[in-house]
Amino acid sequence: MAFGPYLLLATLEGLVSAAVLALTALGLSLVFGVMRVVNVAHGEFFMLGAVLAWAVSTAFAGHPSIGFTAALLVAPLVVAGAALLSERLVLRRLNYDPEATIVATIGILYIIQQLALTFYGADARPVQAPFNVRIQLPWFGYSGYKLFVIVAAIALMLATWFLLTRTKIGLIMRATQYDRETAQAFGIPVDRVYAGVFAFGAMLAAIAAVLVVPTQQAHYLMGRDPLLLSFIVVIIGGLGSLRGTLIAALLIGLSDGIISVFFSPTLAKMLATGLVAMVLVFRPQGLFGATAR
Amino acid sequence: MTGNLTSGPRIWLLHLAVIALLLAANFLLPEYHRGVFSRVLVLATFAMGYNVLFGYTGLLSLGHAMFFAAGLYGAGLPLFHLGWGVPLSFASGIVAGGVLAGAVGVLALRTAGVAFMIVTMMFAQVFFLATLYFTTWTRGEEGLVLQPHMRQVDIAGVTLSLTDPSTRYLIALTLFSSVLLITLRLARAPLGRTLVAIRENEERVRMLGYDVYRSKLAAVMLSGLFCASAGAAYGLLFGYVGSGFASIQYSILPLLWVLLGGAATTLGPLIGTLFMFYVIDYTSSITSAYLLLVGVALILLILFFPKGLLGTVREKWLPWLP
Repeated sequence: MAFGPYLLLATLEGLVSAAVLALTALGLSLVFGVMRVVNVAHGEFFMLGAVLAWAVSTAFAGHPSIGFTAALLVAPLVVAGAALLSERLVLRRLNYDPEATIVATIGILYIIQQLALTFYGADARPVQAPFNVRIQLPWFGYSGYKLFVIVAAIALMLATWFLLTRTKIGLIMRATQYDRETAQAFGIPVDRVYAGVFAFGAMLAAIAAVLVVPTQQAHYLMGRDPLLLSFIVVIIGGLGSLRGTLIAALLIGLSDGIISVFFSPTLAKMLATGLVAMVLVFRPQGLFGATAR
Repeated sequence: MTGNLTSGPRIWLLHLAVIALLLAANFLLPEYHRGVFSRVLVLATFAMGYNVLFGYTGLLSLGHAMFFAAGLYGAGLPLFHLGWGVPLSFASGIVAGGVLAGAVGVLALRTAGVAFMIVTMMFAQVFFLATLYFTTWTRGEEGLVLQPHMRQVDIAGVTLSLTDPSTRYLIALTLFSSVLLITLRLARAPLGRTLVAIRENEERVRMLGYDVYRSKLAAVMLSGLFCASAGAAYGLLFGYVGSGFASIQYSILPLLWVLLGGAATTLGPLIGTLFMFYVIDYTSSITSAYLLLVGVALILLILFFPKGLLGTVREKWLPWLP
């Protein structure tokens, strides 16, 4: 192939990973922004979403779209339930202390990972895409499903943005984020807001996973890369900033797609991680974050 | 504090007794358990290094695998590829760890709290990926096996083989005891006191005129050196150098050991490591799901037992424990 088609393909692949990454990172960013909790188990919620998508979609016979739709409905809800449970049982008892919650979420990470290995197994298993359409581009045909993933991710992010900025729920969330004590003094049930945000964040990761799993395969270790990349996105975008997260996801997703087409993926990850660590060292408010609060 | 004057000899006696007990274990333990103890002693050294930073200074790092692995590779690579002797390789492992700790410390100490945890984790991830990327020399996850003939030391005409269980145990014990006594000395020295003060209230220490940054950097360097010495010894004694030791899991394990044994206690890391090693050893004979156990242990510890075993003992019964 010549350079042009190659670049177009890399860009499309990059857009798909950017879309999925943006959703996943949005969940992490919300949890960090509102609760000041770094959820190390976020990648495992992603993995759990993908594994559940496999379990649900194989339970349905007939056209793959039935199973997929069921998975898209069931998996995120189950994951949100699991997140809610861990929030109530563990994080709340720690009073959301930033350092203690990191240790605790590492524990949750290991538990989910081991449970997935025990009950799901070490194999990577495919999930069928709900439809199989090829869209003809100038040089090659491209999977219609992947384009659907991009559109769906955009729609979901718009919905989240609407929820955060135009509804009462969003107002309550932002108030809690801005000042926990004052919010509580004004009668906002901070405790329930935290539970809701944590579940919602995990749900976003699970939705992203269900969307992406037909293009990959479900595997019990698949949560590692999304976790690392989401961290990178959230840091670059500025901790807790929604717009920054989106821009950074686009940047990282695209460059990850393009770099790993042209260079060794290990080297790409190495450079990206090192650079991001440097960003955190020298510009802790992120590249797009305005001021550190 | 006047209490320390009277408890001074008692503390030294306790630690010397522990070392004597471990020395006796070399001759009393059955073969299998002696092997386990050799490993535990080296890993406990790793945990003690972690404890200097986490326990005493209050800096929670999620990247200490890189210091352990720096020692491991710093010793293993020259031994394997350049044929350096065991003592020289061991020294180069420690130097590698010290250099890395200095560089990481200078950068990471610009951040604090959660950012410090993430930055250290990311640096460790870069190190881990590097061990995979330079697979020509490191052989990645498969790792390097250091052959027995490389692991021999000639001292005054006597050939010591590091494959001999007793030699191995005694070397591990020597390393462990040295680091234990240094930590004990540190905990009672002005620097150790300053570190604890920084942990309790950094602003106030700064206001009193101490150079907080320099003390913290010293803590990172010391911690890195201890961990690297453990890594170098681990590679040389057990003959395997692989990238698994640089993975995130080996950053979490020392945290778990120190939390379990008791942060900021000198003997806590040994107790935590020993306990966890046997728990995993025992459960892995029943089930392969030992990670589940690690996860549950982490959560239960942080929820109900944040001071760890020795920390609780100190709080309740023996306030003089260092």
